[in-house]
Amino acid sequence: MMALRDKRLAATVVVWLMLALPPARHALEASMTTQMLLQLPLLALAGAWLARGVPPAWSAAWAAWNRGGVTGLVLASMASMPWMLPRAMDAAVDGWPVELLKFASVPLLIGLPFALTWPRMGFVVRGVFFSETIATCFRLGWLYRVSPERLCSNYLLDDQQRLGNWLLLVGAAIFLLLALKLMAGRFTADGGHDTV
Amino acid sequence: MRVLRTLLASLILASAGIAVLAFATDGFRAFTTETARRIAVRTHPVALPDVELEDSAGRLFALASMRGRWLAVDFIYTRCMTYCTILGGDFAQLQRSMAAPLRQGHLTLLSISFDPAHDDPAALADYQRRFVDHGVGWIAARPLDAPGLARLKSAFVLKAIPDGLGGYVHNTAIALVDPDGRIVDYLDAGDAQAAARVLRSRLAQ
Repeated sequence: MMALRDKRLAATVVVWLMLALPPARHALEASMTTQMLLQLPLLALAGAWLARGVPPAWSAAWAAWNRGGVTGLVLASMASMPWMLPRAMDAAVDGWPVELLKFASVPLLIGLPFALTWPRMGFVVRGVFFSETIATCFRLGWLYRVSPERLCSNYLLDDQQRLGNWLLLVGAAIFLLLALKLMAGRFTADGGHDTV
Repeated sequence: MRVLRTLLASLILASAGIAVLAFATDGFRAFTTETARRIAVRTHPVALPDVELEDSAGRLFALASMRGRWLAVDFIYTRCMTYCTILGGDFAQLQRSMAAPLRQGHLTLLSISFDPAHDDPAALADYQRRFVDHGVGWIAARPLDAPGLARLKSAFVLKAIPDGLGGYVHNTAIALVDPDGRIVDYLDAGDAQAAARVLRSRLAQ
């Protein structure tokens, strides 16, 4: 158990460091599209891998405050909101303090709590999560597509519009997969370990 | 019990999240860097950096020597066919509508190039001629060295990024500098009448 935990921790650190090193950081931050749709999700993923390394005692303590996964979802949602602001994406590129905040908060406050909370989320909470994710993709995607102004001062307008298209595509893909699963897959009212 | 604890924890996290969001957006007012720089100078004016400039006649002068009058400052590069054309048009209009204070030296219009390698005095003079400069109260200039340009960019939160076509995309606004040499406001480009109204009320202070 300890060995597996160590491996996961090592893998997370390696991925995190690779993302943090200048070549990958500059490549992914050169475009608004890759910062939002590759860098931020990869950072969250690195945090999610930490979840199985969390000692069971901590997990249990957290579960006492996390009925149905609601608290974890609130934390992950709240932590992800600032990183949807054009201003925050700009500031992360412009200076290391905000960049550091991004590299710390996205794995630890979005990826990790989400991975810990996902198994506890019941059908209803997961439904809320999915509908809100799809809606956010469409809202932001539409905004970036139609805005005649550059919302990030570090990125070009065509980059912003490309990100808008991608967000609409991602929203549509999640929706279609979910619809497919709802029609063809097996569902129980209590998807997670907890019931709501 | 677990329900109450979850409710409590969620409420605390949601409040903290909203507080962070409020902090990150200046109280839900600034979602973009451009709005943020405008709000920031209105509450905390930024001192002009002491930078050496060269004007379209090849004369050298220090930005600090412009104190004692109001300045309307814009940033341009002379090859620009988009935003800078709007800014150049604004300054040409302001030259007419603000003729009196410009002549009396209460106000000066200052266009600074952020592409000093290309924009030599001749290019700057051409740029002004394109907008029918009347020769009074409008200075086009370039910083003399890279550190000077860097200080200007930092003080004015200026962003100029390559557009992939050999030019730049840059944030566009008219910066207002008070007689004490502090940046106190940014005005929208493309509305010279509104800019003139603001300038008149500032000059009347």
